Amino acid sequence: MSNQEVELVIVGSGPAGYTAAVYAARAGLAPVVIAGSVTAGGALMTTTEVENFPGFVDGVQGPELMESMRAQAERFGARIVYDDAIRLELDGDVKTIETGAGATYRARAVVLTMGSAYRKLGLSEEERLSGHGVSWCATCDGFFFREQEIVVVGGGDSAMEEALFLTRFASKVTVVHRRDEFRASRIMAQRVLEDPKIEVAWNSEVGAILGDEQVTGLTLRDTVTGAERTLDATGVFVAIGHDPRSELVTGQVDTDADGYVRVAHPSTRTNLPGVFAAGDLVDHTYRQAITAAGTGCAAAQDAQHYLSNLEPTTVPELALEVSA
Amino acid sequence: MSIVTPVTDATFRAEVIESELPVVVDIWATWCGPCKAIAPILDQLASDYAGRVKIVKVDADQNPETVTAAGVTSIPTLGFYRNGERVDVLIGAHPKPVYVAKIEELLA
Repeated sequence: MSNQEVELVIVGSGPAGYTAAVYAARAGLAPVVIAGSVTAGGALMTTTEVENFPGFVDGVQGPELMESMRAQAERFGARIVYDDAIRLELDGDVKTIETGAGATYRARAVVLTMGSAYRKLGLSEEERLSGHGVSWCATCDGFFFREQEIVVVGGGDSAMEEALFLTRFASKVTVVHRRDEFRASRIMAQRVLEDPKIEVAWNSEVGAILGDEQVTGLTLRDTVTGAERTLDATGVFVAIGHDPRSELVTGQVDTDADGYVRVAHPSTRTNLPGVFAAGDLVDHTYRQAITAAGTGCAAAQDAQHYLSNLEPTTVPELALEVSA
Repeated sequence: MSIVTPVTDATFRAEVIESELPVVVDIWATWCGPCKAIAPILDQLASDYAGRVKIVKVDADQNPETVTAAGVTSIPTLGFYRNGERVDVLIGAHPKPVYVAKIEELLA
């Protein structure tokens, strides 16, 4: 199908990708964003209220924030492609990006912002009962658990947010956490602890998910005593963290033991010239919309700097001087 | 403009169960991000397969009977119907080729 030569391709469309696009577009690079055919906007598209993105006094809905970032990038000339990157060749001066719909982009620089994917519990019943009571998306599926007793697994901010959201529907929410305190921010943890519909199963991990056609309950194992007990539930929402979506680029750029792309901090340079990485794909620690946006901005500037130091390929130098 | 026809609890029998064409039923809701993400793909498929497969959508908020009967606890859920019977189910948002493969199976 189509074969296009561009300056910069950004793979991914979360806060890192779209922020990189805003900066790169304003720098005149006319970036192409491979946004994903069904994942455009990234993880914030399935969240509700974002309360900690600076500038939004009363909070902002995750999807609304991402739509605004997309529109802002497009305003300055970024091109958003709703397709999936399926193969990347990052070696050499010209990088190749192939998409699921059969388009090929050749770019002199690439910014990788593929983000992260929900981590699974790794239990055999999890896959089989996925969509039959096991869910990773409270905002999509909470509605179907009206007046039912459900479980949220996890102890971070995502787990707190899901548990609180699910109290709109469920009669009771049990948060299952393997330690004796939450990792979540104090404000979120406090809300969970004070919610009359929420109970917490401390020091507990999920041993098994029970049910034939639909989830009927869980086996919980006490992480201190090893004792097992059964908890009845019709829904299990898994929020135990994320893993970087680096599978497309492993073997090409350096990654660490957990799959995060390595960059030369404080820059966003990977080991390959012209290849930059930002957002949750590189971030073990912070994993916030604002930190992703920050590193996306840095990646765009790193890419711009890299491109400006290359020999011009198509544009004569004279023309550059005139436009400067 | 969406060309995927809305179906309700009241019209489900006539539009899906009694349909002569095979039918793909998308159970969705206005508040479901992944449902919105696949809507343009379903529109394309409705036009690609016009006259061969009927693609309809059911708003989960407004049509509890259909949702309950289909045993849905996660959306988007797509049901694939042939001669009034649901022969396949696909849960979650997927790239277009996944839907194409399922529809081709439905037609086979």
